[in-house]
This record gives sequence, structure tokens and C-alpha cells, in this order.
Amino acid sequence: MRHEIVAAQPATPTGVHPMTGKPAYLEIDGLWKAFGEFVALKGVSLSIREGEFVCFLGPSGCGKTTLLRAVAGLDLQTRGTIHQAGKDISTLPPSKRDYGIVFQSYALFPNLTIERNIAFGLENAGRPRAEINARVAELLALVGLASQAKKYPAQLSGGQQQRIALARAMAVAPGLLLLDEPLSALDAKVRVHLRHEIKELQRKLGVTTIMVTHDQEEALSMADRIVVMNHGVIEQIGTPTEIYRQPSTLFVADFIGETNQIPAKVLADDRLAVEGTELACAPHQLALDSNATAVIRPVDIIPHSMSGIDKVGTPENLIEVIVKEMEFLGSFWRTRLSSPRLGSRILIADFSINAVRRLGIAVGGAMRVELPGERLLVFGKAA
Amino acid sequence: MAAATLTMPAGRALRPQMSSDDIIKRGLMIVISLYLLVALAAPLYVLLSKSVTTYHFDLAAFEIQRSDETGANFGPAKTAAALNAETHAITPEQLEAGSGDRLSVTRLFPDFSFRSPVKYRIRGMDSAASFLVGSELHRGTDWLELDSNTFRRVSLRPSTATGLDNFVSYFSTPSLTQAIYNSVLMGVITTVLVIAIAFGLAYALNRSQMRLKGLFRLVTTIPILVPSLLPGIALVYLFGNQGLLKEAMMGYSIYGPIGIVVGSVFFTLPHALLIVSTALAIADARHYEAAASLRASKWRTFWTVTVPGARYGIISAAFVVFTMVVTDFGLPKVIGGQYNMLAVDIYKQVIGQQNFEMGAVVSVILLVPAAAAFFVDRLIQKKQVALLSARSVPYQPKPNARFDWICFAYCAAVALFILTLIGVCQLAATVKFWPYDLTPTLKNFRFDLVDGGGWGAYANSIKMALLTAIFGTVIVFVGAYMVEKSEGFPLGRTLFQFLAMLPMAVPGMVLGLAYIFFFNNPANPFNAIYGTMAILVVSTVTHFYTVSHLTALTALKQMDREFEPVAASLKQPFYKLFFRVTVPVSLPAILDISIYLFVNAMTTVSAVVFLYSTHTQLASVAVLNMDDAGDVAPAAAMGMMIFYTNVVARLVHAGISRTLLTRTQAWRRR
Ligand SMILES: Nc1ncnc2c1ncn2[C@@H]1O[C@H](COP(=O)(O)OP(=O)(O)OP(=O)(O)O)[C@@H](O)[C@H]1O
Ligand SMILES: [Mg+2]
Repeated sequence: MRHEIVAAQPATPTGVHPMTGKPAYLEIDGLWKAFGEFVALKGVSLSIREGEFVCFLGPSGCGKTTLLRAVAGLDLQTRGTIHQAGKDISTLPPSKRDYGIVFQSYALFPNLTIERNIAFGLENAGRPRAEINARVAELLALVGLASQAKKYPAQLSGGQQQRIALARAMAVAPGLLLLDEPLSALDAKVRVHLRHEIKELQRKLGVTTIMVTHDQEEALSMADRIVVMNHGVIEQIGTPTEIYRQPSTLFVADFIGETNQIPAKVLADDRLAVEGTELACAPHQLALDSNATAVIRPVDIIPHSMSGIDKVGTPENLIEVIVKEMEFLGSFWRTRLSSPRLGSRILIADFSINAVRRLGIAVGGAMRVELPGERLLVFGKAA
Repeated sequence: MAAATLTMPAGRALRPQMSSDDIIKRGLMIVISLYLLVALAAPLYVLLSKSVTTYHFDLAAFEIQRSDETGANFGPAKTAAALNAETHAITPEQLEAGSGDRLSVTRLFPDFSFRSPVKYRIRGMDSAASFLVGSELHRGTDWLELDSNTFRRVSLRPSTATGLDNFVSYFSTPSLTQAIYNSVLMGVITTVLVIAIAFGLAYALNRSQMRLKGLFRLVTTIPILVPSLLPGIALVYLFGNQGLLKEAMMGYSIYGPIGIVVGSVFFTLPHALLIVSTALAIADARHYEAAASLRASKWRTFWTVTVPGARYGIISAAFVVFTMVVTDFGLPKVIGGQYNMLAVDIYKQVIGQQNFEMGAVVSVILLVPAAAAFFVDRLIQKKQVALLSARSVPYQPKPNARFDWICFAYCAAVALFILTLIGVCQLAATVKFWPYDLTPTLKNFRFDLVDGGGWGAYANSIKMALLTAIFGTVIVFVGAYMVEKSEGFPLGRTLFQFLAMLPMAVPGMVLGLAYIFFFNNPANPFNAIYGTMAILVVSTVTHFYTVSHLTALTALKQMDREFEPVAASLKQPFYKLFFRVTVPVSLPAILDISIYLFVNAMTTVSAVVFLYSTHTQLASVAVLNMDDAGDVAPAAAMGMMIFYTNVVARLVHAGISRTLLTRTQAWRRR
């Protein structure tokens, strides 16, 4: 079930990144991981270029942490290879690999002060004290916690501890930064703030970064590319917009953002039928007459009044609906629409405040909505 | 989405390359495993095999020829069995033997004279048969010709066989099997009493608002600090033949079951209290309050909520107490009189009758209740953990004057019992002849005037306890660290964990006897430590390994699992992490382990009673020996020396712990 992009362009032995042509920094090929009978990773292949920020995203138990720990050498994969900077690190112990890691728990040493924590990785034989102290000061300034140097971890807030853990991991200037749900222990506000800070820091240092998360918003806002995983396989790899706009599987469409899912029958490679209504849809390769699921996001549904067309050009897939419910969600209205032509199916659509006012949309009223063909995605029914 | 890609390619699983850390960790784990193998598994194995080894003189295995008076013409060769069939010189009972028994061959010749010119030839019928000429060993089927004078120095060695004969003869000797019944009876009676008393105490301490809780907690730990012989001595002073309160016994004797039960209650109480207290503390307060809001009567609440809530603790405590009573040696030795108990039987068989095989048989029998208790305890620990993880709210007792007074009176009575027994020993140790001559004196502390080892024994005990605390703590903590914080090597870690849990199931007497078998064997490369301080330290560390190991494990489990990966990713060796973080953070647990080992090393009798030598006499054993020799007051005095020492050790421990806590408070404070 490897995604086409990966399947079509398997990791090349020369280590050239498939999309950019730049040399890949981290090359994961055919990774399997079995815990006894249970298989947690099923042939995962992936390549990451230097300086890239990649998120592993997926539901709980899909194998994100397992994949990260394989990269870190903490849980050796059962099969498959990993190359970092051209070097085969597949079976190397963690201490022989080149990465810094931040765990969900931060794992700060509780009996050492903040500066001793950061200095922990720097204290190698021969390195002068002054140099260590200078580097610690530099890192503390980088994460904006210079004033906390003499405190102990328990005396800092969760967000501060998180940044210290980051500073400690970056102290030895590793080639790769691994973050396992670094923000999940924090409350929502701090989390949003730290997202930007981590992203900023990563950009400044240019370090190749892998972050594990099950929070799609986090992934969408931070990642250069997202790796969507499910049941131990990669469903899709792509930029946040690709993942959102062109999900390659029903799972991805469903997992990222909101969707309306409508059972349909394939009529042509760009047409389908829902309850006898023929609709234009995005091009696909499904067999004629096969059962499919049509997917459209609530934000992609365009509102029109019963009389006029609210747009230049000819609308496709224009259908009449009755407004059943409306819910004001601050920046937009979420509506639940019933469409007789789609078998009284309920569609969820998000309309701007502006549109609702202009078109006089109200509960009980009739209106028309357009389901733009290129936004109506079609996926085969799971077997 | 081809299904074909969903099966894993065939082949072997990848194997990690080992880092130098892994190699060192694995090496250390192997070293400590070897320690446990040598100090525990191997001796136990030898003990078990001894218990199924029987010895008897196999007369058919030897052939003898005798010459006439000229010494030249030999008669026909006859087996010793045939000779005995003619003379009946040796009865079948005499053919049963112990490993050390020898049979003089001249007994087969009633007319034997060592001055006669008659010559003898002797040989074994197979290569296993062996005999001694003087102290020189001969073996095999070659004839050996000897004159009469030499022939009288020939003795046959018994042949060995494996079988359950020892057990058969044990179980067909009523005087021996009686000890099983006695031990179980004492165990059951004491258990019932102690659990009832401990439950009351725990209930009062946890659920009332009475005063002096701290003092009661302190007093109830006193019995841990003294050897189990001490309550026996106190009871003798109070109720013995010349006891002050002998009349109160109404004709019954304190020497025997009564003394054993009372003394056992004394020395097992702290252990039961600790377990039951913990169980009560985790009994769910919400349940409790729910019952209160349903207006259930106090009495019903007690039986329907409190007791079931603490049931695992109660069962666990019951098994611990039962095992302690059944396996204890010191107390029944002092006060048991003619009442045979299993642990004392081992001692009698080995030290009294030199019957090592029978000692081994009794040991194996003693292993049964201890092992059973151990497994039940393990099972219950797991259940209780599950109970604990259910979120429970700590119970907040409300003041209730009448209830608090009842609790207070009850605790005061128990405390009085403990203080009385200790107080009697204290008095007896410091007056001329308690209770008849109360002139204060220190003469009872002049241990050099009596047998038992004198002050040297006390010094040895201190030395032994310190060495045990130091080496034991290092071995235990390093071992626990390796098993808890290393990756891979699952087989090794499982084996190690098993070895570390095993000592709990092995009574001290059994361990001691196993050590004799194993170490007192010239063929054993570790034979050199026999009779030295080292074997005492090794046996004591091993004897008290499990509880220490569990303490260390608990502390280590509370530490973040990701410390090691973080250190590895920072390219720092694990030992840097170990010394900079693991040890400092675990220091409270490390101190707890060392004080536990120290206190137990000071008071233990059972394992070391078989292992001390004239240079390594110990205070606790001296108490036993002085009491045995009738020097009861010096025995009490030595017992009190152990008590004082342990109190001081506890105070030092508390002092260090507090200093450390204040010094490290900064990072513990949130
Ligand atoms: N040591 C292990 N032994 C057995 N199964 C394991 C082990 N570690 C992980 N698993 C299983 O492998 C699967 C993937 O686990 P993993 O921790 O990678 O999930 P995850 O994607 O990180 O999930 P979450 O978002 O909950 O952290 C899970 O079903 C988990 O139960
Ligand atoms: Mg995870």
C-alpha cells in the first residue's frame, strides 16, 4: 500500500532525492518492524533532504514512534536499511549515529541545573570549560532562557522545559533532529506559540528535522513535507497543501481536515453518479461502473442563491439544497444542508460570514450549492 | 496498494551492532549473574542433590583373599558380602551410612590379629568401589596385598546412590515429622494473631486522629532492630523457671509453643504492619465514603469495604509472617524447649548429629512453605498494583473522640508489649541478677569472661554488617540497573531477574547448609572463602538480596526511561549518566538498601550460624551460644548491643537522608 509517488520512484541507490534531485540526507528503504506477531511497520520507504522539516502524522498506534525510534537506533527495524548522509546506519547503536532527540517527557536530568543539562553532551575529555560555557550561553540565548541557567528543571514551566530539551539536543550540533510529540504535553496556547518557535529555530539552524505528531494542525503548520501513516504503511508523502488539496487515498482525505463522503458510481474518468444525479468530478483511474466514494471538503462547497449565480463563468454540479442547521464557528458558518437530488443526504458546508449575509442564508431556506468538479475527489471503495 | 508488498521479505531479523556501552553493561550483568549463580544457585543445587544422595556400604563390591599362616598360600577370593554371610559380624543397620562413615574390614574376620603373619589381598569389584588404607585412597579392581598389621587399617568407603531413601527414612521417623506439624501449627497460630494485631494497629494509625501516632510507629519498628532470639530471652526472664511472673503461667511452661508464639508475634509484627498499612492506605477512600453516604453501619462498612479493600495486603502479610515463623531458628532455639521445629531440626541434624543428608532433607521440606509463600506473594503483588493504579483518593480521617481513644488504648497496649520485652532485656543486661539483685552493673558486658567470642564477636558483626551494606548495595544496585536499563539480551535479563527473586524463597538455615555443602569442598575453587569473613558477607548479601533488589528496581522504574537514549544520542557513556544522574536521583533508595542490609546483617543468625569460624564469631551468634551455655544475662547484654548499634545506624541513616534531602531539595521542589 505504498503511495504512488514513492512506489513510482523508489529510493535510488545513488541517494538522490526523487523530487528535488538534491542528494537525500536520510534514506529509509523497505523498513519492516515486527513485535512478535504484530507488524508495526510494513515496508516503509522514504527519503528526506537536507534541511527539510518532515512530520510523521497519523492516528494513534500507526507506527510513527516506531519509525522514529528505528531512525534513532532505539528499536532496531526487523528488515530494511537506513542511510544518513550517504552512510549506512541501519544497525548502528544510537551512540554511533548523528542525531539529537527530544522526547515527549523531555527527559531532563532532574538533579542538574539547566546549564548542566545543556552542557551534558559537551563535556567530553579535553574540551575547555570556557568553551563549554560559551556554547551553553549561546544555546540558552537561542531558546530565550538565558536568565534560567541556574534553575532546576522542576522549577520551569512545561514550555520552558521543552525548549531546554531542544537546546540540549542541539548542543552538539547534530545532523538530524528527532522530535517525538514534543508539544503534546503542553496546553493549547503554549503549543501554538512553541510551534512557531521550533519552526523558527529549525529554519535558523537549518537542521534536518523529523517530528512525530498526531495533531494535523501542528503538522500542517510546521512541516515542509508530511508523511501520513496508517497501520504501519505510508499513505501519502507531500507538502501540507498537497496533502490537503490532493489527498491520494480516502484515508488521507478523511484524516486531514473535514470531508463529506458520498457513495457514488463511476460513469467516466471524470464523471460519476450519486443517487441518479450525474456530477463532474476530478479525473481518476477507476473502472467504469465501479462503486466509489466521492469526497468534497466543506470549504470547497460554493453557495449560490436560488435565483442567481454568484460567480463568473458557468458553475458545474449545481444542486438545490435546504438549510437544516447553522452553527456559527467564529470565523465562518458551518451549515448542514439536505439535498433531495442526492437522496436527501446531508452535506456539511462552511460559508463565510459575508456570503451568509449577502445570500440571506437561513435555517429552513432553500438555496443552491456548487460542488466544483476539480474539488470533487473520487476514491475506490476499500475492497 | 498491492497485497504482495504486505508480507515481510524472508530472512533473518537485523541484529544491532553493539556499542561499547552495551558490551560493558552486558559484562556487568553477567558478572552479577555469576555472583548469584555461585552464591545461590550452585549451593542450592548441591543441597538438593545431597538430599537425594544415600550412602551405604556395599559389601558385594569388595573381594578379599586371605593366606594361611605362612603368608604365601592364599585361599579362595570371597566377596565381603559372602564373608559377612558366614560371620554376621555386620548387621544390615550398620550398612546404612552417612557420607563420612567408614567400615573397618577386620570386623569380617572375628579371629583377626594384627600380629599374625597372615596376609590379605583386597580389591574392588568395579572401578567405583573405594577403600582407604590409613588415609590413602584406593580404587579399582587391582589386588592389593597387605600384611595383617596394615590390613587392620583398611576401611571401606560407602557407595553412593541417588534416590528418595532419605525422604523415606525422614517420613518414617515420627519424632522428625512431628516438627512439620509443630512448625505449621506455630505458623498458623502466630499468623492469625499477628494479622489481627497488625490490622488493628494499621487501622488505628491510618484511620484515626489519635495522638502519638509517630511514637507508636517508632515503637512498632523496634523488633526489626533485634535478633529474634531476644524476645525469647525476655520471655525466659519473665516467665521462665526463675521468672518473675512464672505464676502467671498457671502451671504451663513458657518453654515450648507458648513462648514460640508470643516471641514470634513480637518479631513478625513490624513486617505484617508494614504490608497491611500499605494495603489500607490504598484502600479506596471514595468507596469508603460511598458506603458512608449509604448509611451503612460502621461495622458493616468495616466488613464490606475496609477488609476487602485490604485483602491482598492481608493475604500477602499472612504468607510473609507464616514463612518467617516456620523458617526462624533463633527464637525456637532459645525458648522452644523440647518442642521440635523444622529450622531447629536442621541445626540439630547438622551440628548435633553431623547428619548432613538428613539436614538437607529437612531443608528441602523447609523450602516448600517458603517457596509457596513466595509465589503467592508475587501473584498478589501484581493484583495489588492493579488496585493501586485505579485512581484512589487518600483517605482523610475525621476526628472522633471515642474512637480515637479506643485506638490510642489499643496502640498503647501493643507498644507496652514491645517495650516490656525490650525493657526486660535492658534491665537484665544492666543489673547484677535480675530480678533478685538490682544493683546496676556493667559486668554482663564483659563478654570476654564468657564463651561466645567476646567483644571480638561484636567487632566482627559491625565489620560484617558494614561490608554487607557496602558490597551488597553496590552489587544490588548495579545489578538492578543493568536489568532495568539495558536493551536487548532478553534471555539474560529474565534469568537474572529470576535469580534475584530466588533468595526470598530460601530460608536462612537452608542457605547456610547449602553453603557448607558447596563451599566446604576442597574441589571447589571458592573453597578458600570457607571460614572467612567473606563467606559471611556473601551469604548475608545473598540472603537479603531480593528485598534490596526490589527496592532498587522500584526506584529505577520511577526514573525516566528516556535518560539512557538521550545520553546515548549525546554520545555520552552510560556510566557518566549513571554517576551523574541515576545514582544521585536514587540516593534515598540506595540509603534505604544499605540500612536494610546493615540492620539485617547485625541481627541475622540463621545462615551464618553454620558458617562462622573461631576468627569470625558474630554478635548475634554469640547471643545464641551464650544463652545456650547458660550465660543468659551476657546474652541479653549482647542482644542489647546489637539493638543500640542498629538504633545508632538508623539515626545516622535518618540524619544523612535528611541532609541529602535538604541539599537536593532545590531540584525536588516543584
Ligand atoms: N515494544 C513493543 N512491543 C509490542 N508492540 C509494540 C511495541 N511498541 C509499539 N508497539 C505497537 O506498535 C504499534 C505502533 O506503535 P507506535 O508507538 O509506533 O505508535 P504511534 O504511531 O507512535 O502512536 P501514538 O500516536 O499513540 O504515539 C502499536 O500498535 C503498538 O501497540
Ligand atoms: Mg508515539
